[in-house]
Amino acid sequence: MRLERYAWRRLVDRAVRAGCVLSMGLALLPLCSVLYYVFSRGVGGLDLAFFSELPKPVGEPGGGMAPAITGTLKLVGLSCLFAIPPGVLAGVYLSERGETRFGRVARFAADVLSGVPSITVGLFVYAVVVTTMKHFSAFAGGIALAVLMLPTIARSTEELLKLVPEALREAALGLGVPHWRATIRVVLRTAAPGIAVGVMLAVARAAGETAPLLFTAFNNRFAAESLFEPTASLPVSIYTYALSPYEDWHRQAWSAALVLLLVVLLLNVSARLLVRHRVGGR
Amino acid sequence: MASSGRTVGGAASLLRARSKLLARLGSERNWADFLFRRVTWLCALLVVTTLGSIALTMAIASLPAFRELGAGFVFGTVWDPARRIFGALPFVYGTVVSSLLALLLSVPVSLGIAIYLSELAPDWLRNVLGFLVELLAAVPSVVYGLWGIFVLSPWLRDSIQPLLSDWFGFLPAFSGPAHGFGMLAGGVVLAIMITPTIASVGREVLRAVPLSLREAALALGATRWESVRIAVLPLARSGLIGATLLGLGRALGETMAITLVIGNRAEISASLFAPGYTMASVLANEFSEATGELHLAALAEIGLLLFVVTVLLNLLARVLVFRVAAGSARGRP
Repeated sequence: MRLERYAWRRLVDRAVRAGCVLSMGLALLPLCSVLYYVFSRGVGGLDLAFFSELPKPVGEPGGGMAPAITGTLKLVGLSCLFAIPPGVLAGVYLSERGETRFGRVARFAADVLSGVPSITVGLFVYAVVVTTMKHFSAFAGGIALAVLMLPTIARSTEELLKLVPEALREAALGLGVPHWRATIRVVLRTAAPGIAVGVMLAVARAAGETAPLLFTAFNNRFAAESLFEPTASLPVSIYTYALSPYEDWHRQAWSAALVLLLVVLLLNVSARLLVRHRVGGR
Repeated sequence: MASSGRTVGGAASLLRARSKLLARLGSERNWADFLFRRVTWLCALLVVTTLGSIALTMAIASLPAFRELGAGFVFGTVWDPARRIFGALPFVYGTVVSSLLALLLSVPVSLGIAIYLSELAPDWLRNVLGFLVELLAAVPSVVYGLWGIFVLSPWLRDSIQPLLSDWFGFLPAFSGPAHGFGMLAGGVVLAIMITPTIASVGREVLRAVPLSLREAALALGATRWESVRIAVLPLARSGLIGATLLGLGRALGETMAITLVIGNRAEISASLFAPGYTMASVLANEFSEATGELHLAALAEIGLLLFVVTVLLNLLARVLVFRVAAGSARGRP
């Protein structure tokens, strides 16, 4: 009787373990499927034309995605410019004075902001930037992506700065280094690899965002000459091409998805390796 | 003469202000520290004002819709911008149903993953699998959408939906023609996208439960699963609910993937096979070509509604997750 009961309990244990392994597999199935289809359908379209030519007029086969590629680079560059300095400095504030009343408010705001749907951020930037400048632009798109990156960078910087031993700062201050130099040259530099990881993950997320670009950077079939014109981007191009009825555009959408996915995966994998070798190893 | 006198006077008062400031601050070094502190404070303020101005902007933009449409806006079932009829219920319905469907599909799987990664997996596998789950979250939304159109929807149409309607066709949820695109496809895509969120937050929550409790249960003769069920899950419950709410928040606000697969028709249908529409999708599709002020305001009000709901969900979720983590930090459940 006792043994039977134990056998039953062991069976339940096994069943739950099997269920857990199964759910792991269920989650990896779509990942594998997405990777497989994006690679197998996208790799054929990656020729020189894809990277160098303008899109052909609607319905004509051929052409490339040069404006979308340069556009995504511009948008990501601008958003880094707008988001990294204030994000890191806000992280410094949160780690140094985060327990004041305003510090708590700011941390809370950062957490809430990181949960705001990206399409809402697009609406906000449309209302504030696009309607005052009267046209869509890479500038507005960069701001929208920066709003998404800002809270992530601030919070990850804060967490990493808290890991820096207090003794390091005290040693610097004890040598007579002013507070601000101690923060920049000693504390921030010690945490730099970790902060870089946080920034890379934020960039990877921003590079793939589509929704906030729809009403800010918009789209452009030609290469935008300045940062104040409507600008194409890889995610928005994938979206419009996927909805088109043309076979050739679908093929290009897969290729664009492959390029985007490679960039995002590269950023994630290198961030991971950086964590393991520089931060985790210490 | 008079103007140069004013300039000299202005410069003198500036100098006086500067020396007053310096006197108050002591030396030059403190002055630099003061500046640095102010700059970091301004950056933190930027985060707060950004959030505040998002809320304010959306509220102002949706004012005309509040004034003209009133509370009936949320309950109206017809959305016809050409005839200036704006009822948001089909979008609210689509958002709620697709998100709940996503939770239904995702929560059991995510909990399984969280338990596996924190309790059962061998150490060497844990990191690799954890990373793969993170990759699932890293795939851009629009890529999921593309995959949803050309891979998932045809598969649902050809293999899953016929099965479902054969077995459960008597239920209204599984009746009607199967196109592939529709509420079911939307729910499945959302489920895939929120699984990494729920799983990784859930894993952190489970890890926060003190190891000694598991050991105590194992020492009493519990099997591995029993130790999890008796010692870990009860303490982690509120945190796991928090993880689920974070996933729900992500599902509600998700835009591109679901816009591409849900079918985009503003109708309320009991069938999961029928096309639907979500709040985020209607913003994505109609905002940049909105006709007239009222249409814009109505869309802004949908945006405001989405913003308020996701913010509240996130707050609740963070409180729940934080309680578990803080409890373990203090060394007690």
